[in-house]
Amino acid sequence: MTSATTQPSIPTARIGVARSVKKRAAKNYFFVTLCIISTWASVAILLVLLAAIVYMGYEHLDWNFLQNAPSRKPELAGIKPALFGSVCIAVVCTFFTLPIGVGTAVLLEEFKPKKPFIAKLHNLIQINISNLAGVPSIVYGILGLTAFVQMFGAFGNPMDPAFELGTRENWYYIQIPFGRGILAGGLTLMLVVLPVVIVSAQEALRAVPYSLREGGLALGASKWQAVSKIVLPAAVPGIMTGAILAISRAIGEAAPILVIAGIVYITFTPEHLMDDFTAMPLQIYDWAGRPQEEFHKVAATGIIVLLSVLLSMNTLAVYTRQKFQKQLQ
Amino acid sequence: MQTIRTLKKPLFKILLGACLASALLCSLTQAEPPNARSLKGLIRIDGSSTVYPITEAVAEEFGKEYPRVRVTVGISGTGGGFKRFTIGETDISDASRPIKGKENDNAVANSIEFVEVPVAYDGLSIVVNKQNDWCDSLSVDDLKRIFLDGTSVNTWQDLRPEWPPVPIKIYAPGTDSGTFDYFKEVIAGKTGAIRSDMSVSEDDNVLVRGVSGDKGGIGFFGCAYYFENRDKLKAVAINGVLPQPDTIETGVYSPFSRPLFIYVSTKSLDRPEVAAFVEYYLQHGPALAQEVGYVKLPQDVYNIASENIKNRRTGTQFLTSNGDKVSGSLTQVYK
Repeated sequence: MTSATTQPSIPTARIGVARSVKKRAAKNYFFVTLCIISTWASVAILLVLLAAIVYMGYEHLDWNFLQNAPSRKPELAGIKPALFGSVCIAVVCTFFTLPIGVGTAVLLEEFKPKKPFIAKLHNLIQINISNLAGVPSIVYGILGLTAFVQMFGAFGNPMDPAFELGTRENWYYIQIPFGRGILAGGLTLMLVVLPVVIVSAQEALRAVPYSLREGGLALGASKWQAVSKIVLPAAVPGIMTGAILAISRAIGEAAPILVIAGIVYITFTPEHLMDDFTAMPLQIYDWAGRPQEEFHKVAATGIIVLLSVLLSMNTLAVYTRQKFQKQLQ
Repeated sequence: MQTIRTLKKPLFKILLGACLASALLCSLTQAEPPNARSLKGLIRIDGSSTVYPITEAVAEEFGKEYPRVRVTVGISGTGGGFKRFTIGETDISDASRPIKGKENDNAVANSIEFVEVPVAYDGLSIVVNKQNDWCDSLSVDDLKRIFLDGTSVNTWQDLRPEWPPVPIKIYAPGTDSGTFDYFKEVIAGKTGAIRSDMSVSEDDNVLVRGVSGDKGGIGFFGCAYYFENRDKLKAVAINGVLPQPDTIETGVYSPFSRPLFIYVSTKSLDRPEVAAFVEYYLQHGPALAQEVGYVKLPQDVYNIASENIKNRRTGTQFLTSNGDKVSGSLTQVYK
């Protein structure tokens, strides 16, 4: 096209070329501007949100807020039980999500079956996991209620459990069914984030160059050795990033916790896996719905604490990734 | 050198540990006064989010006197709370309406017996915009003309010809809430329906914002939200009576004074910490209810409730023995 239009013997065409270049430059300029605007728009929205929340919430943000239990008086209200509850369920969630999620991803990605029937099953599972990632979290909340809290009623009422280890006074107390405790909450959050963790871990495994695997296999490593010694370590940064981002999402979930725990007034921090708990999003939801204007400010303070926890987790994710990447090099 | 060697001996270690532990135990038991402070246990409460602020206030004060009793309060809603209560998952259920026949049947089926305790009034407030200078009072019939399904009233002028033709915009609580249930029963009765072209929100603060920003707006919610937002909203008198603490308490503000309850399982009531909590609730509940924006009941009702607790008078007073609904105001039922 260019060779035809740049013929010097046709001046009108040259003008046409100049016009077309100008037009394309303008289009280019327009598109870049559009991209810049949209980038800054999201940053600006975030900044406005943060500024509004800090403006509303800084007043109540002090050591007492982190140490007190909820109160009917906004100036005394604190987030300690909810903060501890959130951290506890996040730990339980991580503890169960990582092995199950990574294990599933390794199976789906590294050990692809060859028999046609099993391969079909494999595909079916793959599609289902991708679909599950889009299911609203309240649905998992209800699933968690039946599967973990009540265990389908197979082991009696949670108030009258079929199996108990220790008493409610012991730190190692366990009962079956789990009842509305930390363990049930953490496992329910696991259901929420598991599909995301599996999919992101698969992506991370896929990003490991195939030559690495082949090199390992060529040196006589079994498939498991190649996966555990070569592929997994190389994929750790990606897996960790995905997992920590997913668990950050879990900390922000209110709906499943509302179904599992439903508590918003609680003065103590959990002492064993079956203990009652509440989580920060639930506490914030309650404060934001109060009639008193002052409580809306307390809700903003709660959001600041929640955001700080999320931000520090994301920082951890970035740090882990950097560290492991360096090690690999 | 010598001491270090003795420290390493296991028997010495055990003895030292035992000494320390017993000293610690002694100091702990000494720090505990023998009476109320030694009471401990877990009280589980769930139910209506309307009653929640009162129960929270009581639990907070109760916790100061009985620091070792752990109280948890949930907000699953009246229906959700009864679902858990009638299978024995909770000790006390907060309710913004009397228990329904079906829920009562569930309790009977699971052999859960309970005592019904009215704790406060909530005056359902009908509010309009501050700039609305024409509408000061409405009758229940007016409200029916505004709120019933299939009504032809779309502007304020349709209601009274002398009022301006400003369109009526309705802001209502969620249709699952006890507040909406109560309003619907007063306006539409058992069989009628409320119109569906309303702005509905579960968050009453959204309703406050909606009505205060809309000249033709009208909305309804619990009086706590009106008392907090007097500067932004104007309450409409019902049959000439404004929602005020005294008009609600005496029942003059009718038919929108609605009673709030707690339901206490008798099985739990046998535990000393639950008995202490309920007693505390009846003693300090009225003052605390007012502090968080509700209206206390006449003292007679509290006295009857105390008697009912003492005598373990179980079941709801709002259902007859064959399951029919008892109608009438709280003071008529509790006398």
